[in-house]
Amino acid sequence: MNPQDVWITFPELLVWFPLLAGLVCFLFKDNSKVKSWVLLVSIITLCISFVSLYFSDDAKYLALNKASYTLKYMNNGSFILGLDGMGRLLTLLTAFAFPIIFVATYNTPYKSAKNFYGLMLLAQSGLMGVFTAMDAMSFYFFWELALIPVYFLSSQWGGERRIQATFKFFVYTFAGSLLMLIGIIYVYLHTININGNGHSFALYAFAGVRLNPTEQNWLFWLFFIAFAIKMPIFPFHTWQPDAYEQAPTATTMVLSGIMVKMGLFACLRWLLPIFPQATIKFDTIIIGLSVIGMLYASIIALKQDDLKRLVAYSSIAHIGLMCAGIFTKTEVGLQGVMLQMFCHGINIIGLWIVIELIERQTGVRKISQLGGVAHKAPILTILLVVIALANIALPLTNAFIGEFMLFNGLFAFNKWYAVAAGISIILAAVYTLNMIQKVFYGEENSITTAIKEIALHEKIILSVVVVLIFMMGVYPQPMINLTKGTVEALMLKFN
Amino acid sequence: MDNVLQMVWLIPLLPLIGFLINGLGRNSLSKRMSGIIGSGVILFSFLLSLYVFFNVKGGNSHLAHYFNLIDINSFTIGFDFQIDPLSSLFLLIITGVGFLIHVYSTAYMHEEDGKDYAKYFAYLNLFVFSMLLLVMGGNYVILFIGWEGVGLCSYLLIGYWFKNVNYTNAAKKAFVMNRIGDLGFLLAVFWLLNKLGTTNFTDVFANLSKLSTTDITGITLLLFVGAIGKSAQIPLFTWLPDAMAGPTPVSALIHAATMVTAGIYMIARSNVLYNLAPLTQEIIMWIGLATALLAATIALKQNDIKKVLAYSTVSQLGFMFLALGTGNYIAAVFHVMTHAFFKALLFLGSGSVIHGMHHEQDINNMGGLKSKMKITYITFFIGCLAIAGIPPLSGFFSKDSILIGAYEHNKIVYSIALFTACLTAFYMFRLLFITFNGKFRGTEKQWNHVHESPAAMTVPLIILAILSAIAGFVNTPALFGGTESLTHFLSPVIQQTHQTTLSHATEYMLMGGAVVLILAVISWAYFKFKNYEPKEESSAFGKILENKWYVDELYNSILVKPLQAIAAFFNTIVEKKGIDGMVNGVGKAVNYGSRQIRLLQSGQIGNYVLLMVLGILVLFIIQLFF
Amino acid sequence: MEIRWYIGLAVALFSIGVMGVLTRRNAIIVFMCIELMLNAVNLLLVAFSKMHALSPVGLTNPSVVSNAQIFVFFIMVVAAAEVAVGLAIIVMMYRNTHVVDINFLNRLKN
Repeated sequence: MNPQDVWITFPELLVWFPLLAGLVCFLFKDNSKVKSWVLLVSIITLCISFVSLYFSDDAKYLALNKASYTLKYMNNGSFILGLDGMGRLLTLLTAFAFPIIFVATYNTPYKSAKNFYGLMLLAQSGLMGVFTAMDAMSFYFFWELALIPVYFLSSQWGGERRIQATFKFFVYTFAGSLLMLIGIIYVYLHTININGNGHSFALYAFAGVRLNPTEQNWLFWLFFIAFAIKMPIFPFHTWQPDAYEQAPTATTMVLSGIMVKMGLFACLRWLLPIFPQATIKFDTIIIGLSVIGMLYASIIALKQDDLKRLVAYSSIAHIGLMCAGIFTKTEVGLQGVMLQMFCHGINIIGLWIVIELIERQTGVRKISQLGGVAHKAPILTILLVVIALANIALPLTNAFIGEFMLFNGLFAFNKWYAVAAGISIILAAVYTLNMIQKVFYGEENSITTAIKEIALHEKIILSVVVVLIFMMGVYPQPMINLTKGTVEALMLKFN
Repeated sequence: MDNVLQMVWLIPLLPLIGFLINGLGRNSLSKRMSGIIGSGVILFSFLLSLYVFFNVKGGNSHLAHYFNLIDINSFTIGFDFQIDPLSSLFLLIITGVGFLIHVYSTAYMHEEDGKDYAKYFAYLNLFVFSMLLLVMGGNYVILFIGWEGVGLCSYLLIGYWFKNVNYTNAAKKAFVMNRIGDLGFLLAVFWLLNKLGTTNFTDVFANLSKLSTTDITGITLLLFVGAIGKSAQIPLFTWLPDAMAGPTPVSALIHAATMVTAGIYMIARSNVLYNLAPLTQEIIMWIGLATALLAATIALKQNDIKKVLAYSTVSQLGFMFLALGTGNYIAAVFHVMTHAFFKALLFLGSGSVIHGMHHEQDINNMGGLKSKMKITYITFFIGCLAIAGIPPLSGFFSKDSILIGAYEHNKIVYSIALFTACLTAFYMFRLLFITFNGKFRGTEKQWNHVHESPAAMTVPLIILAILSAIAGFVNTPALFGGTESLTHFLSPVIQQTHQTTLSHATEYMLMGGAVVLILAVISWAYFKFKNYEPKEESSAFGKILENKWYVDELYNSILVKPLQAIAAFFNTIVEKKGIDGMVNGVGKAVNYGSRQIRLLQSGQIGNYVLLMVLGILVLFIIQLFF
Repeated sequence: MEIRWYIGLAVALFSIGVMGVLTRRNAIIVFMCIELMLNAVNLLLVAFSKMHALSPVGLTNPSVVSNAQIFVFFIMVVAAAEVAVGLAIIVMMYRNTHVVDINFLNRLKN
C-alpha cells in the first residue's frame, strides 16, 4: 500500500478523533446527552484500535501506521506519529479503558458533565499521542497534553483536599517534565539529521545520537527522574496516594490504569534506546530502588484504611516490579513488562470500579467502617474477589503470566533481588485478603445494610474485566506476539 | 495410532464444567440438582481415571501438549499434561476419595440454603479441578497453577461460613502461609528456567548434568519450602489446625486426603532431583521427623475432635516427609494413599459425630456414642486401627515401610519415629474412647437428639473403612510373600535410593516389636480413657501441649507484631514525615523564601532608589576592580 | 581649565542629586535633584567634547565631538518632557492628597 493512497492513518485516527470529539463535548447544551456521546466515541475508538491490530504487518501496511507532518517554521522539524507493537498494546489498553470507565461511572452524577467528559476525551487523546509519538517533540507535547486535562478533572471534581493534592501532583510531575525537556533539547542539539542539515527530533535520530559517557550519565537521570515521578517509583511516589484519593474515581482510573504506564512506556521507548550504556551502568541502583519501593509500599499498604489509598500503594508495588523488569534488560523481563502494563491497567481499573460502586452506595471508603457486603451484593463480591486475586497474581489470571516473566527476568539479573521482591507478593496476599475479609465478609453493619446488588450494566462491565483477566491468564500468547518485535529490537541494543 | 490416553483432558475438564454449572446457576439450581451435578462430574472423572489407571498399568503413558502458555525466544512453557504411573495413582486417589466426599457432603451440608449449597459444590469441584491440574501437569508451571489453585479453594472453603471472623481469619492464615511456601516454589522454578530454560519434567530430569551441586541443592531446598507450606510442616504448620474452621468434608478432602499431600507428590515427582541433593534429603528427613513428633505431642491434649485429627494429619505428613528424606519415595506415596483412605474416613466419621451432635465438636461433651451411632463407631474404630498401624490394616504396611527405611538410615531417627507412632496410637484411641465409650457428658437434650447419620454419609464411611482395611495389600512386602505391586508399578518414574538390605529376621523383629508396643499403648489408653471425666487443671507440661507449644503466640510476637509495628512506623513516620515531608518541604521552602524576599518590595520609592544606587555602585566596583 | 575641574564639579552635582533623591521626601525637591543629576551628566558631556575637539581623535573624527553635544540636547529634551509629565503628576497628586510626600503613596506595599 502506497503512502499516497492513504488519506488517514491509524495513529492519526487514534489521536485526533478523541481530541475532536472531546472538543465537541464542550459545545453540548444538554448535560445528559453527553454521556451517550462519549460512550459512543470511546467505543468507536476501541473499534479503530481493534482494526489497527489487523493491519499490524509493517511489511504490507507501513503506510497505514505511520504519519508525519513537516513543520516549515521549525527548520523543517517533523511531527511523527506511528504505531509499533508496544504502541498498539498501549493504545489498545487506552481504547479499552475509556469505554469501561464510562460505563462503570454511567450512574455517577457529575456537575457540568459536558466539561467533565470533554476533558476525559482530551486526556484520552493526549495518552494516545504519547503512545504513538515517534519524535521527541510530539512526545513532549502529548506528555503535557495528557497531564493538563487530568489536572482540571482532579481539581474541579475531586474530593475535599483536591486543590492541595492536585497542585502537588501537577507541580511534581511538571518539574520532572521540565528536566526531561532540558534533556530532549540537549540530545536534539547533538543529533545528526539524515540529510546532513540541521538536527532532528525523530526517534531514530535520537537513538542514533552519539554522546560521551558523562553526557549519557546525566542525561539519563534527567529523563529518568521525569519518568520515575510519573510511574512513580520509590522515593518519588508520594504524590500518588493523595492524587488517587482526591481525584474523582473516573480520573483515578485514567491516572492509575494508563497514565502511570506512560512512565514505563517512556523508559522503554526513549530511555533504553538512547542511553544504553548509562542504562547498563545504573541498572543496579534503579532495580534496587524499585525493589525497596515494592517492599516499602507493600508494608505501608498493610496499614491503609482508605480503600483508594490501599490500591494506590498496591499499585506502587506493582509498578516497582515492572520498572525493575525494564532494567533487567532481559528478553523475558521486557516481555513481562509489556504484558503486565496491559494486565495491570485492566486489573486496577476493575478494582477502582468496585470501590466506586461501594462508595456510591454507602458514601464510605474506610475499610474499618464497611463489612458484610457479601450478603448484600454477592455478585459484586465474586467479581471483586476475582479481580483482587488477579491483583495478587494468582495463576490463570492475567497478572500471573506477567509477574511470572518479570520475576524470572529479575531472578536472571540477581537472585537476591528476586527473593526480596518476592516477599512483597506475600505481603500483597496479606493486605488484599485483609481488605476482602473486612469489607466483604463478616456481619453487615448499619452502613452496609443499605447496599444493593449492582445494576446490570455494572455487572456486565465488571464481567468484561473478569473475562479479560481469564482470557489473558490462560492464553496470553497473542499479546506476547504483539510486542515480540519491539522487545527483539530493544534487545539488540544490549547484545 | 492415536494413544487412548489422549482423552485425559476430560478428567480435569469435567470438574471445571461442574464448577461452572454450579457457580453460574447457583440461583436457579435446586439443592438436589447441584448435589447430583457436583458429585456426578467427579464420578465420571473417577471412571475415566480408573480407565487411565489400568491403561497405564498396562505399560502405556502419555505426554500431552495442548498449547503454549508462554512462548518467547528464551523459553517456552506449554500447557502440558503428563500421565504416568505416579500421576495416574494420584488421579485415582483424588477422584475416588473426592467422589465419596462429594456424596457425603450432599447429606452433611443439607442445612445450607440452595445458593450456598451450590456455591459449596462449585468450590469443591473447582478444588478437584485444581488438584487434577496439579498432578497431571507436565511441567512445574502447570503444577504450580494447580498448586496455587488448591490453595485458593482451600481459602474459599475454610472461609465458607464467611460471617464468622474467626473462620475468615483461619482462611487468611492458610492462604498467607501457603503463599510463603509458594514463593519458595516459584523461586525454584525461576532457578530451573534460568539454568535449563525449561520446566518440563522430562527435560529437566534429562539435563540434570548441566546443574551444579549448589544449583541442585538450592532448587531442591526451595521446592521443599513450597512443600513445607502446602503440606504443613515445621515451621509453617499452624495453618492446618486452624483450617478446621471449614466444613468437615472439606477438612477430609483438602486438609487430609489430597491437597496437603501435594508437597509429597511434588517431591516424589522430582525424586531424580532430590537423589542428587543429599543435604536437602537430610533436612527433609529431620523436619519431617520433628513435625511428626511435635504434632503428635500436641494431639495428645486437644479436646476438639477435628483438632486432634488435624494434628494427627500434620504428624502423618511428617512421617511421609521422613520417608522422602530417607530416599524411600514409594513408601511415602504408599502412605499418602493409605492415609488418604483412613484419614478421610476418620474426618468423615468425626463429621458424622458432629452432624449427629448438632455441631458439637468438644469431645468433653461427648461419650458413649457407640450405642447410638453404630456404623460411625465401627468405621471410626477401623480407621483408628489403621492409623495406629495394627496388622493387617493398611496403615501397618505403609508405616512399617517408612519405619524400616528410617531404621536403615539412622537408628536414632528410627527410635524417635517409633515413639511417635506409639503416640499416634495413644491419641487416636484416646479420641475414640472419649468419644464413643464411657457415658454421655453433654446435656440430656443433646443426648436425645443424637442420631446415626443418613445413608449418604454412612455408605462412604463403609467404603472408606473397607479401603482402609485392605489397601495395604497393594504393596505387601516380600516378607509376607507379597509381590510389592505398587513398587513395581511406580518404579518407572521413581528412582528409589532406599533398598532394603535387612535380613528377614531383623525385619520380623522390628515389626513385631513395633506392633507389641503399639498394642500396649492402646490398652493403656483404653484403661485410662474408657470412663473419662474431664479434668480442670493439668500439669505444666500438659498446659504447654494444650496451648500447642505456644507456636502461634511465638509467631505472633516475632513476626506479626513487629511487621505491624514496622508498617505503622513506615506509614506515619517515614512516609508522611520523611519522604512526603521532604517533598512538601521543597514546596514550603519556596513558599517561605518568596515570602521573605517579598519584603524587599516595600512600596517606598526611597528604598527602591537606594537599592538602585547600591546596585550601580556594586556594578561600578566590579567593573573597576575585577 | 583642566578637565578635572569639570569632572569634580559634575561629580559634586551628581552626588548632591543622588543624596537629594535618597533623603528628601518632597516630590518637587526629588524632582529637582533628578534634574541636577541630568545636568551633571550634561556638563560632563560638554566638557569632554570640548576636550576631544582639540585632541588627535577629535581632529580625525569630528563626529565624536558633535555626537556628545547632540546628546546633550537630546537629554535636555527628554528632561523637559519628563518635567512636563512629572510636574503634571505631582500636581494631580497634590490635588488628590494635599501632600507632595513621596512616601505617602505607598499602597503598593503589602
